[in-house]
Amino acid sequence: MKLLRELLFPVIAVLVAFIVGGIIVWMIGDNPFQVYGLLLGSALTWPDGIGYTLFYATPLIFTGLAVAVAFRCGLLNIGAEGQLYLAAFATAWVSIKLGGTVVKDFSGASVGYGWASLPAVVLVPLAVLTAVAVGAAWGAIPGWLKARFGAHEVITTIMLNFIAIALVSYFTQYYFKGPGDPIMQTVPIGEAAHIPRLGDFVPGLPSRIPLNLAFLLAILACALVYVLLWRTKWGYEIRATGANPSAAEYGGINVRRQIVVAMAISGGLAGMVAVSEVLGYRYRYYDGFSASYGFTGIAVALLGRNHPVGVFLAALLFGMLTRGAIFVDAFSAHVTKDLVEVLQAIVILFVAAEALFRGPFGRFGLLKRSKI
Amino acid sequence: MDLTEIFNLGLFTSAVRLATPLLLAALGGMFSERSGVINIALEGLMLAGAFTAASMTWYAGSPWVGLLAAVLAGAAIAGIHAVACIRYRADQVVSGTAINILLTGVPALLSGAFFLSSGSTPQIPREHLIPLTPVVIAFLLVPLTYYVLYYTPFGLRLRAVGENPEAADAAGVSVRVMRYTAVLLSGALAGIGGAYLSIGQSSLFTRNMSAGRGFIALAALIFGKWRPVQTMLACLLFGFTEAIAIQLQGVRFGGEEIPTQFVQIIPYVLTIVVLAGFIGQSRAPRSLGIPYQKEK
Repeated sequence: MKLLRELLFPVIAVLVAFIVGGIIVWMIGDNPFQVYGLLLGSALTWPDGIGYTLFYATPLIFTGLAVAVAFRCGLLNIGAEGQLYLAAFATAWVSIKLGGTVVKDFSGASVGYGWASLPAVVLVPLAVLTAVAVGAAWGAIPGWLKARFGAHEVITTIMLNFIAIALVSYFTQYYFKGPGDPIMQTVPIGEAAHIPRLGDFVPGLPSRIPLNLAFLLAILACALVYVLLWRTKWGYEIRATGANPSAAEYGGINVRRQIVVAMAISGGLAGMVAVSEVLGYRYRYYDGFSASYGFTGIAVALLGRNHPVGVFLAALLFGMLTRGAIFVDAFSAHVTKDLVEVLQAIVILFVAAEALFRGPFGRFGLLKRSKI
Repeated sequence: MDLTEIFNLGLFTSAVRLATPLLLAALGGMFSERSGVINIALEGLMLAGAFTAASMTWYAGSPWVGLLAAVLAGAAIAGIHAVACIRYRADQVVSGTAINILLTGVPALLSGAFFLSSGSTPQIPREHLIPLTPVVIAFLLVPLTYYVLYYTPFGLRLRAVGENPEAADAAGVSVRVMRYTAVLLSGALAGIGGAYLSIGQSSLFTRNMSAGRGFIALAALIFGKWRPVQTMLACLLFGFTEAIAIQLQGVRFGGEEIPTQFVQIIPYVLTIVVLAGFIGQSRAPRSLGIPYQKEK
């Protein structure tokens, strides 16, 4: 019954968003049923639809978890975007320097970018650790600014997003671009740093689909976040801080430390996006690679009620929408893939304005605010 | 290339032009935030204004129709934010984020449907552009806002509602009406700021053309400590850094290219520094972000 109650509200929010989106589609001049058929139908085919849906869901699971952990501590991390950008660049940097990247220049001469060529068993864990560590460090900054100076984390994370993106664009442009490369991207990472694609193991799933090991790490991350938040003292202190900082302080919890710790964990989770994108898909850092994963993470966390299971399900939904959007773009007369962003925004608005639903439905005891 | 070639009159006029959209959005944000409603939706509101201005100017053949439409569109979208935050007590930051995402999608969706393009409007002829009017409006609004905020009953009530809504309510001021008015005003002003981007500085709407200016405006508002004149100076400073960044593009000093990225991040770094209280304390209106519920 409790589970049903938790599920009911997000499901209503999604349905309402689809209805509003359908009206918009109809006003633009397309058939909503046909558009939704394309949107959802193309995401459920095997192997391409499902493979790509899970691939698109992977970064959203990480950013959704990132936002959820911060949320449980009473913080809104709008900075996942900056954290994952910096982490992605750092991961690429480690995988270039220690992966022994060699690139040919115009004259055909080889240019070495690396210091060493480490074997995969060392390099991959090192690259993953870099992703987590750099994301965590960048996430800890707004936590520290809040704990030490009371600077609001929403504003500082927005500002740090722009700073992170400018920094990595600087390093990419001046130090890591291949000779004469017109695209803002680094040279490729060493091959030892590539992580396997699931297509290499799963029968029937072709390796051209970029779904990779990071998806399994994302599932693992969901489990770890659950254990952390609900089965450890640390997690209890984080949730207590989020529920009522004054009471937590009175109860002997170091609230300031919890804020920094929660933001660091949040940033580390956001940094994991680098594993899927850099080590498992593009094999380099690519300027502007993130399709607003950090911001979509906010929608994923809200829709998932800041619970790992909810985050996983919400990420799958948004992964489906991302996959289906490409087909809507190609096969519908007027509607473009931008419909997905509109749907996302409407979902967030309805989830945020929860009181809207609590009015009529709350009387029947169906929707109660979730406890910590 | 030496420094005198960079610091010339052209730099200052371009700084003023670049500060204009920031100033319009920041003054809008000031009304909203002074009433106690966080407005990180400025970015989306500007996009709404920019798209509406460009498409209506193109349809009607008059920039004034476009400008008016931008004001209305900005206010209408801000209305969604207002209803969510005031009527349904939604988290104001979350609602603002939703508006920002909504407005990356809606203009692209509509331009795809109506102009069969991927996110931009048709080119507007030169004689239908208004490169000067919004600049004048923006800088005239500064003394006007100052006067309204500090010397009119409306301004007093606005500040009271943002600082202490319970007391304002007890004194007979409707917190709800004040906040709705303020948020709608912020949408209207940000809408003009957006219109300037599409039918003032350029001649069409392109996807995400505000490019973070809504957030820089927010930064200027905080840097200016939620006060009109200081906010204007902050906007000019940020406009100036942007102008320098543009001038430095591709410029070489002794064979070395100057990275513009470090100039671009100045506004963001300064805002963090001010927020953390390293140089002067920037204090937000006391009830900022807290929904008000009248006692039953």
